[in-house]
Amino acid sequence: MKDRVHDMGGRDRFFGPLPPIDPDEKPFPHEWESKAFALALLANRVSGANLHAFRHAIERVPEPDYLSGYYERWLASAEILLLDSGVLAPGAVEARARRLRGEDVEEPAAPEAHKPDMPSGGGGNLRTVDQPPAFAVGDAVTTRAEMRAPHTRLPAYARGRTGTVTALRPGHVLPDTAAIFIGEYPQHVYSVDFTSRELWGDGAEPATVTLDLFESYLKKAE
Amino acid sequence: MTTDIEDTVAPGIEPALRAEALESLLLERGLIDTKTIETFIRTYETAVGPMNGAKVVAKAWTDPEYKRWLLEDGTAAIGSLGFKGPQGEHMVVVENTPTVHNVVVCTLCSCYPWPVLGLPPSWYKDPAYRSRVVKEPRAVLAEWGTELGPDVEVRVHDSSSEVRYLVLPERPAGTESMSEEELAGLVTRDAMVGVRKVAAP
Repeated sequence: MKDRVHDMGGRDRFFGPLPPIDPDEKPFPHEWESKAFALALLANRVSGANLHAFRHAIERVPEPDYLSGYYERWLASAEILLLDSGVLAPGAVEARARRLRGEDVEEPAAPEAHKPDMPSGGGGNLRTVDQPPAFAVGDAVTTRAEMRAPHTRLPAYARGRTGTVTALRPGHVLPDTAAIFIGEYPQHVYSVDFTSRELWGDGAEPATVTLDLFESYLKKAE
Repeated sequence: MTTDIEDTVAPGIEPALRAEALESLLLERGLIDTKTIETFIRTYETAVGPMNGAKVVAKAWTDPEYKRWLLEDGTAAIGSLGFKGPQGEHMVVVENTPTVHNVVVCTLCSCYPWPVLGLPPSWYKDPAYRSRVVKEPRAVLAEWGTELGPDVEVRVHDSSSEVRYLVLPERPAGTESMSEEELAGLVTRDAMVGVRKVAAP
């Protein structure tokens, strides 16, 4: 699967000078951003989505829109979720915006909603997993080299790499399946330490990178 | 059903207008209400922010028993101060010391521990930070004025699950006589992400 814009870790094309840190930065520098924030959270509810479907929608925002800003992509993903679930018709937001601007445009009729219907094990994303964990602290594990799911939480830079399990975290809803409404399939999650040399090669700055990885992303290292 | 993403592109419509249009469409069908929108906004403008995390840090600096609990069970220790909610389901607190420096990122989106730090600042969401810090953390920290000695071990935490990280920064020298409340006033958002240290008063 082609690496998409959101998967930024270690990718030179995004390297550049860091922005300044403003210690007093407000949560919403522009007023519309506060509205976009609230609307995106509500669009999740209204469309019957979940956190993973929301992230997946953000990842499907076309690259120029994605890179235009954080709440720009939240807003675009809210529209994607509402279109996906049939709450809004394609073109509805654009038509309404142009009307608000005073143009005389026709608006599409609201379609019939068809929200996803996925059983949920409860609120939040932490779940009890019945089967015992496959790995223990100290185990050497290798991450999958290939990802097949359209949404996954294994970054490209950490695929096919070997690290060491340092902690067992609470079981989680599996993002890969929840994002496309197949089911929660809760799994054990492990903190795995990777050396920078394993990730980036011999010349890497010395460091340890820790990722929290789902059991199905991992196998015992050979 | 999967939407053709091109359907979402509305060229020439600025985001403020796009937000207004979306809001009016959902409001007129009674799918959302203005009061909930206001509540969401006000919560993250006033009640939830880095001042919460600063209280956690100051308490850990002054109460060894609390610090032990915080490092052992971050979720419970932070929750005991009333800080819980979305993006804080499972909290892990990592301690910076003279020999270990932790720094937090989310390379896939911008996951951030909302209950203790509020919504992420722009530098945390910036592509340069998200791409670089997992590969050249020392260079990133140095660019923001944080020089680490060669003997310091650097640990980068990429928030790839629902585990959220809070960095417990080092207490600066010369603060021995300060109260917990005064100490909380020194603790900055950037120090709790691990990109800077807490400056001495």
